[in-house]
Amino acid sequence: MPNVMIRVKDDGGLLFYIAKKDQEDEIATVEKDSDSEWGGEVELTDGSKYYIDPISPRPRFPTTLRFKRAE
Amino acid sequence: MSNMTREETEALIQEVLEVYPDNAKKDRAKHLTVNDQEVEQSKKCITSNRKSLPGVMTIRGCAYAGSKGVVWGPIKDMIHISHGPVGCGQYSRAGRRNYYVGTTGVNTFGTMNFTSDFQEKDIVFGGDKKLAKIMTEIEQLFPLNKGITIQSECPIGLIGDDIEAVAKKTTAEIEKPVVPVRCEGFRGVSQSLGHHIANDAVRDWVLGNRDNDSSFEATPYDVTIIGDYNIGGDAWASRTLLEEMGLRVIAQWSGDGTLSEMENTPKAKLNLLHCYRSMNYISRHMEEKYGIPWMEYNFFGPTKIAESLRKIAAFFDDTIKENAEKVIEKYKAEYEAVIAKYRPRLEGKRVMLYVGGLRPRHVIGAYEDLGMEVVGTGYEFAHNDDYDRTIKEMGNATLIYDDVTGYEFEEFVKKVKPDLIGSGIKEKYIFQKMGIPFRQMHSWDYSGPYHGYDGFAIFARDMDMTLNNPCWNKIQAPWLKSEEEPEAAAAGA
Ligand code: SF4
Repeated sequence: MPNVMIRVKDDGGLLFYIAKKDQEDEIATVEKDSDSEWGGEVELTDGSKYYIDPISPRPRFPTTLRFKRAE
Repeated sequence: MSNMTREETEALIQEVLEVYPDNAKKDRAKHLTVNDQEVEQSKKCITSNRKSLPGVMTIRGCAYAGSKGVVWGPIKDMIHISHGPVGCGQYSRAGRRNYYVGTTGVNTFGTMNFTSDFQEKDIVFGGDKKLAKIMTEIEQLFPLNKGITIQSECPIGLIGDDIEAVAKKTTAEIEKPVVPVRCEGFRGVSQSLGHHIANDAVRDWVLGNRDNDSSFEATPYDVTIIGDYNIGGDAWASRTLLEEMGLRVIAQWSGDGTLSEMENTPKAKLNLLHCYRSMNYISRHMEEKYGIPWMEYNFFGPTKIAESLRKIAAFFDDTIKENAEKVIEKYKAEYEAVIAKYRPRLEGKRVMLYVGGLRPRHVIGAYEDLGMEVVGTGYEFAHNDDYDRTIKEMGNATLIYDDVTGYEFEEFVKKVKPDLIGSGIKEKYIFQKMGIPFRQMHSWDYSGPYHGYDGFAIFARDMDMTLNNPCWNKIQAPWLKSEEEPEAAAAGA
């Protein structure tokens, strides 16, 4: 269950930063992404997947959230 | 253009790996690669931030070096105790040349070495009492210090001293911040974790100190310089440009920086990040907690400077944008003259770099401005995000090496035959004795600044001075030279 800081990239994309591991990747897809809800399964550009229970309303980034590793 | 093809470079890597035992070969192969600009994510082609192999000569430092030497050390009005045996602090004392203004020993302490000088009995009975006593002494002898940091060396973590408790007690006593930093050298794989630990210590012990204090008058043009250690005056050369643009620099992290500057940083409008590797952590934190955006910039060489100035100005209103253009215009004559003078002397020369966590990519632009080409580059302690940024800067089919070993570096140099090498002090004399011009790119070989337009002039001069120095063809004894000139040259290269 890594703590992940999500921040907005210059081009509007979202970056997924695991502070503990110093690892940064771009988010490719988010299962639920609307003004009222954000979360579910999150896939990174390298293919790894994480899960977070959808948060509503959509949080303001940057913010730190706790994700689960999804298989 | 590099004059080695992709296949040749790959073959070179294989050839160099040949001498290793199988396991080591497998491991090291992951750290060496041929640059391919097509690759988006560096982790597909290079592994970084891993433990160095036992038995090879690595060029890395330790977490203590990352915290005391890099992040905390330059904060000039605090006293940084190298807590543990005397050597760690003494042998690195003042070596980084972080310039500062102030009277050393009175109100600034940058080049001094404070240590708890552990002896056997401190290891056996613990050093907490000694530490408390030292801090009381420091307070008596140097009353103008603004605070103290405790930089742990290896033994502190090993014997389990409770420096946090001592810090709390002493803070109450002397009424100044006392920051315990758990940067024991054995933590992590390189100095990189030390940067992270130091950033976290700043976050936990310093950054929030003035959150409820509004006495600082902020302006809409407040920026900070983060990750500039003022080596040879770098931060000053950068600061003048920003100020000429109409911005107000309210803090320098940490070259020529002070504790109060750090405490006031959350009041800035924009954090300008030069060394991404060592201070991105705190920038990320400030973005999250205080909503301060941050951006990376690069003040090496006129092309990158102009690019960066415009990018910085884009965060502000039109006046600043116009000012940025004016600044670029103002220095145009100056840097064009520099290029006109040195480019003909340096054109086409090939450079290999191996530095810490930022310069292997940041200085590429400056070399290109002088018509030179970087044919190989690598980092001591970069992570994948650094290589992501490097791939785009480097030409195709150039060499990239992570945590290169002494042996690999020498072999690469023998084959690639660069005209100039930029690396650290440990590599300097090896390559100079091999007859290859060398610049020490950590602390600018006792020169500097290299940042900003002023710095570029010095950079260009230094590169020329080194490369075109007449000494290089005098490396071989004349009586050895006469007959077998070509072969002798090859052996020496
Ligand atoms: S590794 Fe430990 S003993 Fe060596 S310099 Fe670093 S802190 Fe000191």
